[in-house]
Amino acid sequence: MASTSAHLEAPVMGDLTDRPSVFNPLRWLLSTNHKDIGTMYLIFAIFAGVFGGALSGMIRMELMEPGLQYFGVAGDPTAAGPWGNAHNYNVVVTMHGLIMIFFMVMPAMIGGFGNWFVPLQIGAPDMAFPRMNNISFWLLPFSFALGAISMVVPGQGADLGFGGGWVLYPPLSTTGHNGPSMDLLILSLHLAGISSILGAINFITTIFNMRMPGMTLHKMPLFVWSMLVTVWLLLLSLPVLAGAITMLLTDRNFGTGFFDPAQGGDPIMYQHLFWFFGHPEVYILILPGFGIISHVISTFSNKPVFGYLAMAYAMVAIGFIGFLVWAHHMYTVGMNVDLKAYFVAATMIIAVPTGVKIFSWIATMWGGSIDFKTPMLWAIGFIFLFTVGGVTGVVLANAGVDTVLHGTYYVVAHFHYVLSLGAVFAIFAGFYYWIPKMSGLRYSEFLGNAHFWVMFVGVNIIFFPQHFLGLQGMVRRYVDYPVAMEYFNKMSTYGYFITIVGMAIFFIMLLDMFVLRRRPAGANPWGPAATTLEWTLSSPPPFHQFSELPKYESKDGH
Amino acid sequence: MRRWQSAGIAGLMTSLASVGAAFADQPVDKGLGLQPPVTTVMKDIVVFHDWILMPIITAISIFVAALLLYCVVRFNKKANPVADKFTHNTAIEVVWTLIPVLILVFISIFSFPLLYKADQVPAKVDLTIKVTGHQWYWSYEYPDQNGISFDANMLPAEDAAAAGKPYLLATDNAVVVPVNKNVRLQLTASDVIHGYLVPAFGIQLDATPGRLHEMWFNADKVGTYYGQCTQICGVKHAYMPIEVKVVTQPEFDAWVASQQSADAGTGTPTQVATTNTPNTAALAQTN
Repeated sequence: MASTSAHLEAPVMGDLTDRPSVFNPLRWLLSTNHKDIGTMYLIFAIFAGVFGGALSGMIRMELMEPGLQYFGVAGDPTAAGPWGNAHNYNVVVTMHGLIMIFFMVMPAMIGGFGNWFVPLQIGAPDMAFPRMNNISFWLLPFSFALGAISMVVPGQGADLGFGGGWVLYPPLSTTGHNGPSMDLLILSLHLAGISSILGAINFITTIFNMRMPGMTLHKMPLFVWSMLVTVWLLLLSLPVLAGAITMLLTDRNFGTGFFDPAQGGDPIMYQHLFWFFGHPEVYILILPGFGIISHVISTFSNKPVFGYLAMAYAMVAIGFIGFLVWAHHMYTVGMNVDLKAYFVAATMIIAVPTGVKIFSWIATMWGGSIDFKTPMLWAIGFIFLFTVGGVTGVVLANAGVDTVLHGTYYVVAHFHYVLSLGAVFAIFAGFYYWIPKMSGLRYSEFLGNAHFWVMFVGVNIIFFPQHFLGLQGMVRRYVDYPVAMEYFNKMSTYGYFITIVGMAIFFIMLLDMFVLRRRPAGANPWGPAATTLEWTLSSPPPFHQFSELPKYESKDGH
Repeated sequence: MRRWQSAGIAGLMTSLASVGAAFADQPVDKGLGLQPPVTTVMKDIVVFHDWILMPIITAISIFVAALLLYCVVRFNKKANPVADKFTHNTAIEVVWTLIPVLILVFISIFSFPLLYKADQVPAKVDLTIKVTGHQWYWSYEYPDQNGISFDANMLPAEDAAAAGKPYLLATDNAVVVPVNKNVRLQLTASDVIHGYLVPAFGIQLDATPGRLHEMWFNADKVGTYYGQCTQICGVKHAYMPIEVKVVTQPEFDAWVASQQSADAGTGTPTQVATTNTPNTAALAQTN
């Protein structure tokens, strides 16, 4: 962004000689370097994404045809088929959601890109608490391990794993699952939550205290703004989840009855607590993407971001209102109609700042000189698909209509458009945008382009027909459906196959880049419109940067 | 978008097709839109969705796509080698803040009346049915009809085929209600949370243990309507459907009489009692 263009005054300890060998395990285990930790987060997110993607493949395979193919034998969902019974299907659905949210999108966006580029973009030598950063990361593999183990220990009776959906509603998650699986899952989420809260504290401290001289809040790059809003949401919402699942844990093991009506508790109370976390959580998943998209659009349009301040405060507004709309996930619990009316109004208001962002991105492209490099394709794809996901959100916001859409595939289509096609497209935009900086290598534009187009076609074929299924009344988390719904389910599964091809191209692209190492990136492969500070450093950046602080200078006095 | 047109056309065609007497609402092959409505609330939902929301969101999506396409064509590197540098335009920013607000206000003109209408149980209720969700079937009680009560289990595939009913939607005992009467459903659950959705009636409500919530409908067409459980509730979540028979008042009275004579004998039909035994056992084990 030219509006925040900065010039490095005293670059850099230039050489790479102080970088430990990548084959030294202590470099990774004991790492306090924000770039190494960011890299570990990204690799972790890719592994978790493959795992979660495989789970979604099992879902789509089962739903390809009516009847029970893999999770049960014909007509009997309780009998074990090749992949278990219908309970195991529920486990797969549950873990797909949890893994994609907590172990794929969040680590990629916040842990990966956040760790890498927040310090670089604000001119800081590292994060404020480098050792805490190490703990934040290393809690995550153990959290993931607990979650994975929960899939193979008894959940309900002899059935393995917790199959109650990622929302973990009691009583299904308390008396409804009597095995240790759910306890492991609770502890897994506790660890993930601690990891994220520590990370959030780290980012807030870093952003508030370690910006280079002259970079006021209103001159921060938008990605840093998006991270600042995101980590505040994390800090304020995750303790509520921690409280809720701790009460689940004590309800299960220590005879408390917080959510048990027979003991004066209330299952609906859990839902309020969960969604008070859960709704900010979905903005946590998408906000860093907003920041990434702003940089990518600006860079490849050769034009500064349009309406910088409006963009920043739109994110603040989305974050703030995001805390006030949680019960729109609960329109059918039987709440008071005036309360429903409030949540309808508050939810629809979020469309306004979101609209500001969409139109400002388009205005950034307007009059630009657009270069259709791979990151830009993902960004343009993001804007359109996020719009589609956003407008179906406006439909669902209306409680009157949500009465027949709640819990159906219309909702599934909606949140996959904003997350699977929104957040994930933003992650790929950021990945292609920054991988030359992170690795020092260029990716193949041909493979990057192919990856985008195949994925774009694939995910739309997966998720667009699900709108129709939802309108027809196909219910979420169903292992089987009436024969009339076969057509679009089959189409959706074909879309999954196409998407798999797209992901294969992604991994071929990675191999081509990292094994053949043909194209060095240079400090700034994107040209003069890439104005943030990371492009003034070498690629990859020195192991420690900014030992002398850079100074913010602005050309246009913005 | 194609979806909107097709949904509208599909809606028109289905409403034309539904003029015939024997009527059953269920998902249809390649169906694109909402199921045909048989209550005033669902009719309002369909109109609101098909004629207000769909055109608006389709127009917005097309508008954004068109702007993007214009940028791609007009402002690519070849067509526009030198980029502008503007970063502000207060007028347009005010416009794209205010117009969405106006669109939302327009939507809410239809949204809120629908919400309140759907929520408020009419003062005059003709029939009350208590519905209890269990793992994995629904049980029904008619407290004002001498306490008729029965369980509704899903019909196995071969029985459904034999009865000519849709598998996964049909049940052994249907809920029977009179046409054109205000019916109140009171929902609760015995074990975990279940969800009660009948799309053709435009009703959905969770059945929560320890709570009693109510909703209402007034079906204006004789026929058979299907719904399903919408809240994940365990291994047979997809196997506890809802079948509602809307019949004329005389037919309803006859059904009530037959149920009461059946109740005088065995309590509940034996077929139901046997199919429920495994569920009850499973519950006892759980608790």
